[in-house]
Amino acid sequence: MKRLLLAAAALIAAPLPAETIAITGGTLAIGDGSQPIKGGTVVIANGRVVAAGAGVAVPAGARVVDATGKWVSPGIIAGVSTLGLMEGYGMSETNDLSADKSPFSAALDMSTAINPTGQRIGVERAAGVTRAFVIPAAGNTMFGGQGAVIDLGADMDPVTRPRAFQYVELGEDGMGPAGGSRPAAYALLRVALGAAANPASADFASKDALITRQDAEALAPVVRGTQPLLVHVERAADIRSVLALKKQYPAIRLVLVGATEGWMVAGEIAAAGVPVIAAALLDLPEKFESIAATQSNVGRLAKAGVTVAISNADISEGPYESYLAQYAGNLVALTKIPGAQGLDWGAAFATITSKPAAAIEMDGEIGSLRPGRRADVVVWDGDPLELSSAPTAIFIDGVAQPTTSRQTRLRDRYLDPVEKGLPKAYER
Amino acid sequence: MVFNNKLRFSVAVALALTACTGGAAPKSASSDAPGKGKGFDHDPFPSTYHAYPGAPTAIVHATVYDGEGGRIEDGTVLLAGGKVTAVGGPDLAVPAGATVVDGTGKWVTPGVIDVHSHLGDYPSPAVKALSDGNEATAPVTAQVWAEHSVWPQDPGFSRALVNGGVTTLQILPGSANLFGGRSVTLKNVYARTVQGMKFPGAPYGLKMACGENPKRVYGGKNREPSTRMGNVAVDRQTWMKAVEYKRKWDKYEEKGGEAPARDASMDTLMGVLNGEILVHNHCYRADEMAIVLDMAKEFGYKVTAFHHAVEAYKIADLLKATGTCAAVWADWYGFKMESYDGIRENLAILHNAGACVMIHSDDQNGIQRLNQEVAKALAAGRRAGFTISDEQAWTWLAIAPARALGIADRTGSLKPGKMGDVVLWNGNPLSVYTRPEKVWIDGAMLYDANNPKLRPVSDFELGQPGEGDVK
Repeated sequence: MKRLLLAAAALIAAPLPAETIAITGGTLAIGDGSQPIKGGTVVIANGRVVAAGAGVAVPAGARVVDATGKWVSPGIIAGVSTLGLMEGYGMSETNDLSADKSPFSAALDMSTAINPTGQRIGVERAAGVTRAFVIPAAGNTMFGGQGAVIDLGADMDPVTRPRAFQYVELGEDGMGPAGGSRPAAYALLRVALGAAANPASADFASKDALITRQDAEALAPVVRGTQPLLVHVERAADIRSVLALKKQYPAIRLVLVGATEGWMVAGEIAAAGVPVIAAALLDLPEKFESIAATQSNVGRLAKAGVTVAISNADISEGPYESYLAQYAGNLVALTKIPGAQGLDWGAAFATITSKPAAAIEMDGEIGSLRPGRRADVVVWDGDPLELSSAPTAIFIDGVAQPTTSRQTRLRDRYLDPVEKGLPKAYER
Repeated sequence: MVFNNKLRFSVAVALALTACTGGAAPKSASSDAPGKGKGFDHDPFPSTYHAYPGAPTAIVHATVYDGEGGRIEDGTVLLAGGKVTAVGGPDLAVPAGATVVDGTGKWVTPGVIDVHSHLGDYPSPAVKALSDGNEATAPVTAQVWAEHSVWPQDPGFSRALVNGGVTTLQILPGSANLFGGRSVTLKNVYARTVQGMKFPGAPYGLKMACGENPKRVYGGKNREPSTRMGNVAVDRQTWMKAVEYKRKWDKYEEKGGEAPARDASMDTLMGVLNGEILVHNHCYRADEMAIVLDMAKEFGYKVTAFHHAVEAYKIADLLKATGTCAAVWADWYGFKMESYDGIRENLAILHNAGACVMIHSDDQNGIQRLNQEVAKALAAGRRAGFTISDEQAWTWLAIAPARALGIADRTGSLKPGKMGDVVLWNGNPLSVYTRPEKVWIDGAMLYDANNPKLRPVSDFELGQPGEGDVK
């Protein structure tokens, strides 16, 4: 009971975001690609990072959180996520991921569906994940709709940026919804972007119209370059086709998702200035379009100068956001394998913090402890990439968050599985 | 529980001879009786696996986890003739002529064993043409054998070897069916044929499934079972048939007469009732596992292990009391309703309660990181207050799955006389920063991170983009 009251208190009596907090003494990871700093200090106020580094002074009146012996970092960003859109894959009744019977596609707005009280948000938050890019799936066309950037805070206001990007499937996953082939998908893409660029040219009233007015209007910011277009492709040849879109629409802000064969055309991706949110460790030819898959993909892309983040894209079962730290740690492990291309610790940690933010041009807002960013700060009991580590304190927008979840409640009930004087249903 | 055809047959022959020479049975019937378990060939697709040549090897100055909970600092592991010949401390003498591998700063463990894999049956690439893991055409397909679907060219075997240190794995049919068919246990050594990968003498398993998958697959076809009660009804009806089938064969094999008609599905179930085939039961929820345990008691069989036992922690005492193992993930949860209550402390709670518990992957990616899954489960258990050492946790991917597969007398730990299935890790194997450096199977070095020639490339990948790359 005491535990419950404490948890409830954390929700109700959470410190106001205006509070000035100094987290001192810990090993500090800024999240910008730099290496960890021993004995660093983070100062947050008004929900933002004021300063972070070695030798940062503690402001008068600040609440001091002693992180001696611990690590302090920005919260993890889940670059491709279904958080808030569904409970689980086997529970279709809870699933807002796609709408293949809707007349709309690009117009669909995921921010209208986010459920901040679902089990997964609390569980992943307790693992140190503080923001996510919520990405739809292809529905009646290869356009999934408009994804949202959310926070994982324990409150009823999850949306950081609605309609943060458009999402489109252009590889094997896009063929079916597009009508059966890659050429069909590209044809529809060009019609859709054309209608978005020049609505007067489109005949939306025809019953044969390929795109609705609403979908075309939703794509207008993509053509204007004010909204990124996330494109899921894997095959090197498909990546080159996508990059070619920039010739016709120079303003377009492409982001590649997946890009398992990206390393084969890394130079072209870098030259195009297109960021990648890659599948983290995929190394199997799971599809014919990812036959050259290797865990060195991310390292090779980064080495070529590509802004590269990692995500759970195309991971089979259990695509939990908490795995991202583990995957980033594995990228460090690759540096010890002859012939492999890994990342150093700072660069690996950036793939799950500032790099996903940078991919959608939000790294001025989230993803690192650089001054001015939202104060998403996690205190860990060890190296955040190490398997044995867990958060001991979590702040989102400067607000302290619970480190417990529905899972910790189940754990506490069953630490001793034997039923006592009353059934388990009475233990809480 | 160990399935050893030669031994079992020789015992049966001896019994039959005794019966004949003793003259206790009627002469005409006994002369026709084939003997117990000899009515038909139980091993028509025998293993042709053979160990590859290995040099006598001494791994020295490494931290050793023996796989049964033991740990040696500055340890020495000796391999010769395909076997582990000795394990000890720095004082253990290195035989003359042995290849010495310096393990300073490194760890040595037995090869990782995955009790639940679909490699080969659901291989990469995951195209329909190669999707051979579920004979989802009837709820009872105990007649199918996973080995008849295994594609020995699956690139997944090599990733499991080089990234995961996996030396042995059980391939199961999928979970669409109540009785999915027979499993096969493989050595993780590429061969042209599946027989060439089969772990010699390993018992067969029977894959069974509870819960949402069977009822969804067949309910979706508007046929039984469409509910959990339908699942159990079809299970029980099938076991009733199996008991009757076994009764007929027992009578024939003991007393002779006309041989009963063969039924391939019932052959498998009779093997379970005879204790020569081990039941591996896909089952998530605590309440359903309890029902299965009662059903097993009703028909006189044993559940060797519940797989995916997400709620096993709720009935740790019941599993311990019945001697039933739980094979689980470290932290999968919530991807379906029956996994909604998954928690990270599952392994630790079961371990603490003294129940048999192990990690498993059920995943072509997860099998590459079972050491990391154990590390996560261990860390969660320690945070919950349990005292579990690193070397005890290592049993979760070594001796525990070996026992559940009925092969613990031959592999699963570093004990003299066991197969030389060994991994040298380039650091602490419970750290995210560690990978296998060398892997030996039956004493033959089959992976060496420093030697690109000791990196297998399956036929499928030959001549394709990325061939021979560090994967």
